[in-house]
Amino acid sequence: MAEKLHFSLVAPEREVFSGEVDRVDAPGAEGDFGVLAGHSPFMTALREGVVMVVNGAQTRVFQIQGGFADVNAQGLTILAEQAVEASV
Amino acid sequence: MASLKEMRNRISSVKATQKITKAMQMVAAAKLKRSQDAAQNARPYAERMSAVISNLAAGVSGDGAPKLLAGTGSDRRHLIIVAAADRGLAGGFTTSITRAARDRIQALVSEGKDVKIITIGKKAVPPLRRLFGDKIVASYDLSAERTLTLSVAQPIAEDIIGRFEAGEVDVVTLFYSRFKSVVSQVPTAQQLIPAQIADAALAPDLKGAAYDYEPSEEGILETLLPRNITVQILSALLENMAGFYASQMTAMDNATRNAGDMIRGLTIQYNRTRQAQITKELIEIISGAEAL
Repeated sequence: MAEKLHFSLVAPEREVFSGEVDRVDAPGAEGDFGVLAGHSPFMTALREGVVMVVNGAQTRVFQIQGGFADVNAQGLTILAEQAVEASV
Repeated sequence: MASLKEMRNRISSVKATQKITKAMQMVAAAKLKRSQDAAQNARPYAERMSAVISNLAAGVSGDGAPKLLAGTGSDRRHLIIVAAADRGLAGGFTTSITRAARDRIQALVSEGKDVKIITIGKKAVPPLRRLFGDKIVASYDLSAERTLTLSVAQPIAEDIIGRFEAGEVDVVTLFYSRFKSVVSQVPTAQQLIPAQIADAALAPDLKGAAYDYEPSEEGILETLLPRNITVQILSALLENMAGFYASQMTAMDNATRNAGDMIRGLTIQYNRTRQAQITKELIEIISGAEAL
């Protein structure tokens, strides 16, 4: 996969994750969704769940509690009310 | 002239004070580092939040826009929120915030507007109560909170939104001190309702981009706007906290230096007096011996 997606996961206290990744799966309020590079502009509320960040062979998992996801030309931003990295 | 004993007591009391101010300065410096980090870490969230709202606001306009974004269409009743410190001994920190707020309130009152005040922090109350005691509708005391989190800002935001939705107020402005650097904290007025849209935050290629919304655009805005107010309050509180410690550190540094100057002056005076006394006694002994 040549093109990378810029993804940042931001909690009120700090920026939890920021960087270039291949794919992000997130729990939308109306169903889980995945975002790849070049996704069309899209905004959704999030419910409590797990955000999976896939980069090459590496996968990181974050537990989040509510918030918003904003996909635009610059990439994906998740504003979570709470976010912690879950141990895989 | 004061006796030698009095002067000795005076010097040791100034020295004791200097020890206290020195300790306070070091404590403030340590806490400043931590609160500065907290304020900086909270910035990305607040910035993203307002960028997202700007994006949304560009798409929603007209009658469909939520009131928190568009306002009530009137600007007669103002709610001023003054966020200051819970403790003193921080130089002009609280004064500069309350002065900025006071000027605004007086301007609004003279324009015939209706003003209500909410204070955050113990030290904001006395200077405002003296002038506008009848206008203060609520006061929050955060001195018991060890760390500032969203759950601290939440009840304040809910109170404000409640008053807005009950039709008590039209415009809400928050006064706090923006932490620019250790030596400079700027009293800042920030309008919370109607939400201020920063056009500069909007990248040109995003304008008018066809967004897909889940659930609806209005649904997202309705949850996002109250949350934004909470976040804005939290980040104001965090900035305040950092500013407070910076201000306290500077004030205590000055106090320590002043105490040092005072000790030096008093010591010189003490030595001169002591020497004068010795000289006097010598003269008395010599002239006594000569008289024999």
